[in-house]
Amino acid sequence: MMTEQVQVSTSTAPLDEAVRRLEAHFGNAIRRDDREGYTGVVVEPSHLVEVAKFVRDSLGFTYLASATAVDYLGKSESDHLEMVYHVCDLRGGPPLTLKAQTPRDQATLPSLVSVWPGADFQEREAWDLMGIRFEGHPNLKRILMWEGFHGHPLRKDWKEAYYEQEHKPFDSRWPEGHVRRAEELNPFGKNVRYPAGFSLDGYEEQAERAIYEGAPLGVQVSDLATEQVVVSLGPQHPSTHGVFRMVVTLDGETIVRLEPVMGYLHRNHEKIGERNTFLHNMPFTDRLDYFCSMSNNLGYAVAVEKLLALGKRWDPPTYRAEAIRVLMVELTRILNHLVAIGFLLNDLGAYFTPLMYSIIERELILDFFEAVSGSRMMCNYMRFGGVAYDLPERLQSTAALINDRVRDFDTMHYLRALIHDRLPRAVEQTNDLLTTNEIITNRCIGVGVLTREDAIAYSAAGPVLRASGVPYDVRRAEPYSIYPDLEFDVAVRYHGDVYDRYLIRLDEMVQSLRILKQILPILEETKGQPFFSGKPGQYNPRVPAGEAYGRVENPKGELGFYLVSDGGQNPWRYHVRSPSFINLTALSQMCKGHKVADVVAILGSIDIVLGEVDR
Amino acid sequence: MTQANENFLSELRHPDVPVPEGMQSSVAVTTFGRLIDSIYNWGRRNSIWPMAFGLACCAIEMIATASSRFDQARFGMEVLRASPRQADLMIVSGTVTKKMVVPIVRLYNQMAEPKYVLAMGACAIGGGPFKEGYNVVSGIDKYIPVDVYVPGCPPTPQALLYGLIMMQKKIDSQSLSNRDSTPWYGRGPSEEVPVPILGPDIIDPRQAHLFRRLAAEAQTGPGADGREDASAQARR
Amino acid sequence: MYGSGILRGLGVTLKHFINTYLEDIRWGFRRHIPDEAFPLRQGLETRGIFTVEYPDEKLATPERFRFIPFLVVDNYDHPERPGHDWCTSCGICAKVCPPQCIWIVRGTNPETGRPVPEPAEFYIDIDICMNCGFCAEFCPFDAIKMDHDYELASYDRTTAHIFNKQRLSKEFRYWQSIAPTRAAEEAEARGGWEHKDVLKQREREARAKAPAGGSEN
Repeated sequence: MMTEQVQVSTSTAPLDEAVRRLEAHFGNAIRRDDREGYTGVVVEPSHLVEVAKFVRDSLGFTYLASATAVDYLGKSESDHLEMVYHVCDLRGGPPLTLKAQTPRDQATLPSLVSVWPGADFQEREAWDLMGIRFEGHPNLKRILMWEGFHGHPLRKDWKEAYYEQEHKPFDSRWPEGHVRRAEELNPFGKNVRYPAGFSLDGYEEQAERAIYEGAPLGVQVSDLATEQVVVSLGPQHPSTHGVFRMVVTLDGETIVRLEPVMGYLHRNHEKIGERNTFLHNMPFTDRLDYFCSMSNNLGYAVAVEKLLALGKRWDPPTYRAEAIRVLMVELTRILNHLVAIGFLLNDLGAYFTPLMYSIIERELILDFFEAVSGSRMMCNYMRFGGVAYDLPERLQSTAALINDRVRDFDTMHYLRALIHDRLPRAVEQTNDLLTTNEIITNRCIGVGVLTREDAIAYSAAGPVLRASGVPYDVRRAEPYSIYPDLEFDVAVRYHGDVYDRYLIRLDEMVQSLRILKQILPILEETKGQPFFSGKPGQYNPRVPAGEAYGRVENPKGELGFYLVSDGGQNPWRYHVRSPSFINLTALSQMCKGHKVADVVAILGSIDIVLGEVDR
Repeated sequence: MTQANENFLSELRHPDVPVPEGMQSSVAVTTFGRLIDSIYNWGRRNSIWPMAFGLACCAIEMIATASSRFDQARFGMEVLRASPRQADLMIVSGTVTKKMVVPIVRLYNQMAEPKYVLAMGACAIGGGPFKEGYNVVSGIDKYIPVDVYVPGCPPTPQALLYGLIMMQKKIDSQSLSNRDSTPWYGRGPSEEVPVPILGPDIIDPRQAHLFRRLAAEAQTGPGADGREDASAQARR
Repeated sequence: MYGSGILRGLGVTLKHFINTYLEDIRWGFRRHIPDEAFPLRQGLETRGIFTVEYPDEKLATPERFRFIPFLVVDNYDHPERPGHDWCTSCGICAKVCPPQCIWIVRGTNPETGRPVPEPAEFYIDIDICMNCGFCAEFCPFDAIKMDHDYELASYDRTTAHIFNKQRLSKEFRYWQSIAPTRAAEEAEARGGWEHKDVLKQREREARAKAPAGGSEN
């Protein structure tokens, strides 16, 4: 096991120092963001690339965590779009926020792909959903919607087909809630802007054509008499982890070029999230990474709590609440890694067996989640200021249907047995089953290598980053909850291949078990203490105006929520920095030069979930 | 075994011919057509091969149903086929987006008759919590015919199993003598569902005439750009 | 030795195979039939076979389990108000519902036209409901609860999937049976097994009576 104790400072002093140096170096090209509740610096678009290079090379902020756009329609004199970059120092500490503003019509900004290749997909997303054109971007196409779609949906003045009202709760529901289905109002989705003279006769779809643009379609015979073939893998493919698609250009069986195509599960999380109230979003986060609903809940709660902390009346979560949160999140991590390994093996051709064993353990953890939160997968368990319910005395079921068989366990006893006995055995079993298996080592070692430099440049996160030799973990870099009180190491591996990404998941499970063992006595000690610091029954917390970027270490990597509040009931901007999505940026880099059969293994080792990729 | 036996016989039994009490577990009076039907349906319902086809969150519960705790192999459904040509049942498990409905319709067309569709979860049935989204289809039954709906978000594996049992019952109710319930015999190939087009928004070719009318209205009417407020339509 | 890793892995699968039979012998084949054996097979001590044979034996759901919501009404044999809605149509559930699937028409008195604390109509579109449980969590009257009945599959959604008030209403007794501990906790918080308003009403009546009786005892 290779793990590292990482010591970091978490004060904001380095940030102030960085801003001072930026000001000294660039003068008028940058200014501090002095809006109420905002931090960071606003950069002149013309200097953006230079500033980014300076920040990366001279200030040590080498890692672009998140890049997203905000539409400030009607929020300032000059309605502008704003691009927000969160840049991190891999030695730890909070991120530095860079912003660049551009007018809404003719929105153009310089692309930062040359500085951070990890900005690639995020800028494409900003173009797709917000309509900011990035000059110098190598491949600026729509990423989540299809080419030819009308408009840029995340802009505030863009209205969807079933648009009813700007914000929830809708007035039509109460007190005169005469039920109807949304499609009755707008049966053919007429809320669409068709280009002038548009006609279905002889209409040719742009959507498919655009995907293959740049790829040599068909078979091309070059001078060397080698043949290149373009193959589309997905979206319905047994090993694409859901509805993910890759367009691969092959030379024989070797991959020359790979382009991920996504958006097949783009369910408009952010647009819906901006119509929702702050609390409404909690169950929606369950459906982001549907293996890890508990961790997503925590990420969102952390982000909103950061916003709430800007206000006056705010009690941070109680110690017991934090302990329960960590318990849930670490159980989720084990659950996710077990299943991720199962799916990786499924991709490698072991078919169902390892997955089946993983799912047995998953079911046992889910039994606990179900008894505590009420649902197996969609836990919806965290609240701003704590958790929804305390742990029950007993994990007890009641018979409601015919033939129902009842179970009844003591909660703490169940947890102790789970953490001290069952899960360590499961990890051990996975290790026995797979680690030394020659087929696996042959297929995994040296495949899909991502070097340390590339991992940082491509903004890889979580196990993918750590398997490439970067001991970066948000739980240590910018601690949240009660992680500072807990003893654990950041697992790290150095080869960056598929095998190391498999091993690091085993390592992380061992570390999670270590944390869980420390959590158990805390739970016993704090028994009976409050699990929620807010006012019970309050469904509309007053969230002060401002911005917050809350991030947690999800099993798949850094999950960040960038929230902008205008002081109302609803978030003005609700952005999810999803690890699965950004980890895919490096996929084509990892796959180049490998055989087509390795693509599924490499994809499996990144461990994506489509709910989070497409949101 | 006797239970299963009795079930089987009761299905077989002709409703008009009474069988005395006490003999019901061993005797059935039936017609030839009914006998053939029950053998035919018994074989089909106990070997439904679902397509390995997961869309979203519900797919994970579908995998849980296929794995050892709930084990849909007990119903003869353990063979998850990746190819639509070999599958009998499409479990639409998760949110159907406008971008994804194109491949789904294509896959449905590629499945061999008799084919069945089970819509799993609120999203596949009617759009679910994401219905208001701009890229979400409000129900797969807008495009392809659905046999069984399993509500829930997500349905638990047991709820899915219940839906699959409903599916078996539906198969049981089909009869060779009634051509309407088994249309895949005779009268040439079945009609294909037209594949939707991804234009400025999704366009169902079956609604082409409507679309043409709307486009003509948009060019002559007051809203020249074809864009209207939803509330304005609500008033109409 | 090349191949030893594969053998080691195969050992694990073999262990699973053998365990099924060993466990059966260890528990004297009890693990498959009686009720008390069920937790053994479906708990942390499970080895070998793990299957719930669904229609013949079902995994009961825990008390906090949430599926589609239902409305609590007084028991149909309640002496004062049989089948009376607990819902006062305050609309909080419709406001906290994230996908906005709850539709309430507030009840009015037909004579005066003034609102009365009960819903005239109440709908939940289960094609939209995301089973999050906010309605039950934030209801101040304990009037809407999450049901445990997940066997809702149907052949037709157009007619069956918008639940109206009649379809949603279930007796208070049913809530007590599916969640005994929580029902008891809530009753304690309310100060009795009845609806909040009934309890308040009784208290008011008792207070009105008390001075008339002349003693505070």
